Amino acid sequence: MRYLFRTQYRQDIALWRHNGDLVWYGLLTVLVLIAPLLLGEFYIGELGAVFIFAIAGVGLMLLVGYTGLISLGHAAFLGIGAYVNAVLLAQGVPFLVTLPLAGAFTALCGAAIGRPTLRMSGLYLAIATLAFGSIVGTVFQKWTAVTGGFDGFAVPTPYIFGIPIEGATGIYYVSLVVLAFVLWISANLLRSPTGRAMVAIRDSEVSAQSMGIQLARYKTIVFAVSAGMTGLAGALFAHYVRYLAPDAFDVLLSVQFVTIVFVGGLGSLRGAILGAMFVRLLPQFIAVVRDDLPFGIGRLPGLEPSLFGLVLVFVILFQPGGLNGMWLKIKQWFQAFPFKRQTSFRRQKSYAKSERLR
Amino acid sequence: MIAFQAQDISVRFGGIRAVDSVSFDVRRGEVFAIIGPNGAGKTTIFNLISRIYNSTSGKLIFEDKEFTHTPAWQIAGLGIARTFQNIELFPNATLLQNLLIGRHCHSRVGFAAELLFLPSVRKAELRHREKVEDVIAFLGLEHHRNSLIANLPYGVRKVVELGRALCIEPKLLLLDEPSSGLNVEETEGMGFWIEDIKKDLGITVIMVEHDMALVNQVSDRVMALNYGKVLAMGTPQEVQSHPEVVRAYLGGEVESVA
Amino acid sequence: MEDAARILQLIVNGAASGCIYGLIALGFVLIYKATEMVNFAQGDVMMLGGFVAFSLIANFHLPYWVGGILAILITAAFGYALDAFVLRRVIGQPQFAVVMLTLGLGFIFRAVAGITWGYDSVGFNTPFTNKTANIGGLILGEDNLSIIVGTLLLCVVLYLFFSKTRVGVAMQAASQNQLAAYYMGIPVRTIFSLIWAISAGVACLAGILLSPVSMIDVNMGFLGIKAFAAAVIGGFGSIPGSLIGGVIVGIVEQFAGYDLPAGFQEVTSNVVLLLMLFIRPQGLFAERMGKRV
Repeated sequence: MRYLFRTQYRQDIALWRHNGDLVWYGLLTVLVLIAPLLLGEFYIGELGAVFIFAIAGVGLMLLVGYTGLISLGHAAFLGIGAYVNAVLLAQGVPFLVTLPLAGAFTALCGAAIGRPTLRMSGLYLAIATLAFGSIVGTVFQKWTAVTGGFDGFAVPTPYIFGIPIEGATGIYYVSLVVLAFVLWISANLLRSPTGRAMVAIRDSEVSAQSMGIQLARYKTIVFAVSAGMTGLAGALFAHYVRYLAPDAFDVLLSVQFVTIVFVGGLGSLRGAILGAMFVRLLPQFIAVVRDDLPFGIGRLPGLEPSLFGLVLVFVILFQPGGLNGMWLKIKQWFQAFPFKRQTSFRRQKSYAKSERLR
Repeated sequence: MIAFQAQDISVRFGGIRAVDSVSFDVRRGEVFAIIGPNGAGKTTIFNLISRIYNSTSGKLIFEDKEFTHTPAWQIAGLGIARTFQNIELFPNATLLQNLLIGRHCHSRVGFAAELLFLPSVRKAELRHREKVEDVIAFLGLEHHRNSLIANLPYGVRKVVELGRALCIEPKLLLLDEPSSGLNVEETEGMGFWIEDIKKDLGITVIMVEHDMALVNQVSDRVMALNYGKVLAMGTPQEVQSHPEVVRAYLGGEVESVA
Repeated sequence: MEDAARILQLIVNGAASGCIYGLIALGFVLIYKATEMVNFAQGDVMMLGGFVAFSLIANFHLPYWVGGILAILITAAFGYALDAFVLRRVIGQPQFAVVMLTLGLGFIFRAVAGITWGYDSVGFNTPFTNKTANIGGLILGEDNLSIIVGTLLLCVVLYLFFSKTRVGVAMQAASQNQLAAYYMGIPVRTIFSLIWAISAGVACLAGILLSPVSMIDVNMGFLGIKAFAAAVIGGFGSIPGSLIGGVIVGIVEQFAGYDLPAGFQEVTSNVVLLLMLFIRPQGLFAERMGKRV
């Protein structure tokens, strides 16, 4: 069992807690980099999708998990990023420009929706973002001059320094780089005053104001950052699907994003990645296991959404810490071995706290 | 040397005048206590000074500058800090993070610099940490540094609340019932800290309190309130023996609330 | 004269669809007022109720009124069980968790309904299907009228229930101050489950009333999203407000569908919702609340 000796303040703001972490992260990095050499094209494609969803997940995690602002309309941002990227590429703008532009434009949209919703909390914000997502989805369908509507929009192949990014491997590496970038930015934010302001806003707005935190500014910033990251994910998503259809960005996709954040574990970046893995790999898992399920369950239509719902319900009822919570518990079990006790993870009884008076 | 002045401040909630034309001055470096029965409007006055509520009339002046219409989030920047009666800490953050949030009004780094965590941000973070450690040492909170607030007992949380207010490096400190919920030893400790804050840190303190022993121990002047109106102002002895104040606490004939 | 007739027609249609939104919103608001939970699966409960009614009336051949009332009771019992076995366990978790939970439940309901009744639209015979009434020279569909009349009757029943009966008054108490209600000997958790039951029953009624107008199918629950607009306009704490809000949304939708180019009708409810949230977030009827620190 490791005991962390802290001898310098620098250790507390570093991105890794001790040298052991460095080793594990290094190993992970190596594995992830050489994966395309080990796995087949199909699996690499799926992992690429996991990375893309993880990018959006990190964006949403900053908003929901760390600042406590719910958004049920994040599919709209994914779509905005996707369409901006695709439309600009079709005009001949190079990919290295369209990608950040897509992110920046989506961030502006996020700020635009963040400003009017400043005074809304919890429920109202959820409903407002739901409505916003719906409206944007309809705009995608109706603005055929730009998006092509239901005819779809073929996404041109991106080129980085003359090299075409095609196929699963290309998407995999580009998404990996963007994911690493987004994670780095998030970690930086979280260890600086803005990150603390986000947590303060989540826990007590009145108190945050008394500490000098201007709610309007920070909520808008977080919305913008969150939307921007989701926009980047959207741009990559366009290349993953190769053909954009406006009804891909609907409420159900927004719910998938929120599930990523939730099942992953609120308030942790690791949770965003674990959640993305869960949400993307569950359908594949079902497809593989389908025929082996007893009683012909596998042949029922609507199996996927119902399993989705079941997992969501179970996580909330029995493991509110999500996958990240389970990870931490397992780690704790190994670290404390053989001293783990039966009541180590017993949850305390909690009482309803009124959300009307935050 | 007057540090803070409230001139005729009032606030109404519907038909109720929670604070009714209250005026008082606080001199620099003194400890000024506000006493009164429950519901007298003491915490409401604090909320007015913190600008969480808007006063319906009157002026608030700090160091000769009026701040009656300043938004709530700029109050910390002026040098006014407060604690809350029911502890408004951030329960899902560690003690260290709570105190660091208290340093927020001193943060001068730009957003882009934070995104990239430039060396200037790193230096600023280390400096904030040093200041926070000073407060932790002052209040003896070392072994709770990395505990989540949600896991700390009430007495410790009260101290953390005080610490977070001190991290603002205030010139004026508003303490809302600092000893409520504390036992005798903890209350004595709180009294010593308030004295240290006054003498060593030179901070002006306005305190809402029910514990008369604490009031007598630390305060220089006292103001008694009832039904939102000032009953008496003066030294602790003067106010506590004032007949109106005695009547407000111990009761007397039914008086009209005009 | 034709114009007036057309406007009146739109208003009646709008009021009818608005009543459905209002009924779903009523379900939201009932639960929210008491327990501060939002049931994002309310629309799907309506869908389940509609299917149950379909089974009873079309498959088991019960008469309309008997089948309808039985369906409402069954759905109400289902709502009670839902609260007692699932929702009670999440007391104390943040509101967001309940939102996700009910979203997940919605998925499960849709899947179960699809498995049990299939994915096609179904309908059953009602006394109002395909009949029209002649009122003052106007030809109005009786199905729409039945929705409006049914909703009004429900309002009267609920009003009497909440103000005159012991249980109803106890519900009001429990929704305003849980602790005080406990002290008065009110079994708060049972009361909450009863509120869920009433909410589910109302949803089932909405489904039954809606069936002659638009068939029952698995995705019917997505009307719930429009019901949010109704609830917000009314102010999330107000029961008459949600119905009025629903009617407003319904009528605005009808006029939008008629006067604006095609495709704008679906967006209407969302635009109205956002406008309301930006301009007057507490809705037309609710109170503002603030925290006392």
